[in-house]
Amino acid sequence: MPPEIEAIAEQVFIALADPTRRAILAALASEGPATATDLSDRLPITRQAIAKHLALLAEVGLVTAEPGERRRVRYRLCSAPMQVAQQFLAALARDWDGPLDALKDHLDRSARGPATTPSQETQKEHG
Amino acid sequence: MGFPDRIERTVEVAHPPGKVWAALTTAEGLGSWFGNEATIDLRPGGSAQLKWTEGFTVNMRVERVEEPTVFGFTWHIHGLSEDDPRRTYVEFTLEPVGSGTRLRVVESGFAQLPEDAYRRAYDANTQGWMSELGELVNYLDAA
Repeated sequence: MPPEIEAIAEQVFIALADPTRRAILAALASEGPATATDLSDRLPITRQAIAKHLALLAEVGLVTAEPGERRRVRYRLCSAPMQVAQQFLAALARDWDGPLDALKDHLDRSARGPATTPSQETQKEHG
Repeated sequence: MGFPDRIERTVEVAHPPGKVWAALTTAEGLGSWFGNEATIDLRPGGSAQLKWTEGFTVNMRVERVEEPTVFGFTWHIHGLSEDDPRRTYVEFTLEPVGSGTRLRVVESGFAQLPEDAYRRAYDANTQGWMSELGELVNYLDAA
């Protein structure tokens, strides 16, 4: 496995562990690219603190800086590292134990007596 | 942190491989224990679909069919967008044990990621949106 995948996912989780950085990312996700000043107007955080967090987020590739109006730097959310973190979460969320138990039940049920029609089977919870 | 690339489970069931095979590879079987409804075109390259009554649907592509020992398919990585090219590969292996079957399932590919490939896909997406929004602006400006 390419080592950078794990490094990218780790950086995403470190970034998301901080509530201020989550608020900044959420603001960029919902309202689009913004300057540090825009963000400090919207969030209950000082401009200095926002600038510090934006620098960290840019360093790990979660936001990119781009020229905005009046020579101000605008920050844009980068979704690519998030998608890497999603892959990690997908592996953790994948449940094979539930379906395999359901498969065993299915085989045991169909082995007993005549096949039941779907309507006779108990409504199962999706696993 | 340990980014798992593959998930493996082995279970023993008290039913012969032929029965387990039918449960894994027929619409009737898959629609009973896995989803609530299923379709399958059982040949390499064939498509299969699982539906749940909650309104959830999963599309699979059949990859390996070696009755009654190996059945493999690929499907989406859950949580990524529908058009994302990344998929995981699921392979069921059936081995007779006495009158039953040892069933092994391996799902692999969670950690796949040629960095340049995902960058390319990502950039293409971004540019797609930007150019579409740009076209909308042009359209509105012209009107």
